[in-house]
Amino acid sequence: MNKFKESMFKGITYTAALFTIVFLFGIITTLFVEGIPILKSVSFKQFIANPAWHPTHFPPDFGILSLIVGSVVVTLGALLIAIPLGVGSAIYISEIAGTRTKEIIKPIIELLAGIPSVVYGLFGMAFLSPFLIKVFGIPSGLNALSASIILGIMVVPIISSMSEDALSTVSKSQREASFALGANKWETIIRVVLPAAKSGVIGSILLGFGRAMGETMVVIMVAGGAAQIPKSLFHPVRPMTAAIAAEMGETVFGSPHFHALFGIAIVLFIITFITNLITEFVFLKKRH
Amino acid sequence: MTKRELKQFVGVNLLRIFIAVTAIFLIMFLYVIFSKGGKMVTWSFLTESPRKFMTEGGIFPAIVGTFWLTVISIGISLPLGVFTAIYMVSYGKPAWLVRSVRIAINTLAGVPSIIYGLFGLTVFVQLMKLDVSILSGSLTLAILALPVMINASEEALRSVPKDFREASLALGATERQTILRVLLPTALPNILTGTIISIGRVAGETAPILFTAATFYTRRLPTSIMDEVMVLPYQIYALMTEGAHAEKQVPIAYGTAVVLLLLVLFVSAIAIIIRYNMRKKRKW
Repeated sequence: MNKFKESMFKGITYTAALFTIVFLFGIITTLFVEGIPILKSVSFKQFIANPAWHPTHFPPDFGILSLIVGSVVVTLGALLIAIPLGVGSAIYISEIAGTRTKEIIKPIIELLAGIPSVVYGLFGMAFLSPFLIKVFGIPSGLNALSASIILGIMVVPIISSMSEDALSTVSKSQREASFALGANKWETIIRVVLPAAKSGVIGSILLGFGRAMGETMVVIMVAGGAAQIPKSLFHPVRPMTAAIAAEMGETVFGSPHFHALFGIAIVLFIITFITNLITEFVFLKKRH
Repeated sequence: MTKRELKQFVGVNLLRIFIAVTAIFLIMFLYVIFSKGGKMVTWSFLTESPRKFMTEGGIFPAIVGTFWLTVISIGISLPLGVFTAIYMVSYGKPAWLVRSVRIAINTLAGVPSIIYGLFGLTVFVQLMKLDVSILSGSLTLAILALPVMINASEEALRSVPKDFREASLALGATERQTILRVLLPTALPNILTGTIISIGRVAGETAPILFTAATFYTRRLPTSIMDEVMVLPYQIYALMTEGAHAEKQVPIAYGTAVVLLLLVLFVSAIAIIIRYNMRKKRKW
């Protein structure tokens, strides 16, 4: 009887573990089963390299290049803001701030990381956009720039808390050795601490990249929504996630447009998957 | 001032500027949300149904919807996550399965939330014919919360000192008894923290429920888990992008955002406090 209970319990944990694999497999299968049929309507090259996205025209255009460019532009814009702010504040917290300040700032950053993205989206639409119109005299404040700013601020807590973790694992003796050799605080940070924590810091940036790339609500609300390759940051864009979220509700199940949206999801999945893989195997390897 | 001192001066102050900019922006963000939304949050706003297509009235149905989605999804992912973690920590054989599960968890953790929404739409809504409902949305959110839940539980179980386990086994307890009576109780506070963090995350998610659970306007409360519901985060999005009365909808959106923010911040603050106290109390 006892033996039965033992193996029963083991079986339950085993089954639970298998579920994660089933879910991942299920997600990948769903994406490919529903996404690949778009290749009946357009060739792979047309799908990826054509900038014209007019899924409801007759005849429709299913080129997602401008959507990919939209995603890349707002993500890079976001990182341009988030890397200095995130890594900079991590260095400050870990190397310069006193223990007292650290104990206050760290939990606040953790709290901020949990703010729902839709609230950032609201802020972008109702506050930042009118503000940008006033400052730059542009016709609309919903564009690549405002999406980059909001995404960037959203990603700061992620980059900051992970970088801070990496910096704090650098051993004290390394810093002390540097001081003993006559280096000052700044030289120690730049030449000793940062290089030693390099892999963790880069890992945090990659994580931020994946997060910004996959974010939906901010870009659907703030990026402006025009499926075009932007000529400047003041032009509206339609990132991949925004196209999926905005159009899925209006498509007919099983139509070419429906399959095209899943096709976009495949591209999105592959990008985030590769980012993850790099993060996991190259930069965070040390942790395990 | 030497050149080296100058460099240090500039560098350190640059860092100060970076952290100040971040702080100013975030304070401004919170100030805008709370100053514009705070005055909307009255007792009737919290307890009444919306009227006239979301241009008047309260947000009670959305609060109820968020509550059910969160409770059910956590109710599914908590046992699943804890059992998976137990498997990874205590049994951990065969090795290839552990490695596969680990890869699956890490990959799932990086999947954009909109893709969970697509999965929920095809599998739960269409294939299993659960329609747009609390159940479809909860299942979708449960899968989304799973990686966080597993990682938190696994970390919690691993932080239990090896001696505990060995002492229990030496006393003649079986593996199962050791897990249920020694490992789990010791790791429970940490598992709880992970769970609370997941609650905060699930309550604020919008993209996965867009096509699986959410509806913009309904005056009645859900009567079963097969009903579609209004949900706080989705309501903010819908108020900002649909409907024709922006001047009336935007204030309600701000009010809803305040409620959602307070909810999420309150829940995460509890987690942080629990963890802080635990670290202080821990004797091993």
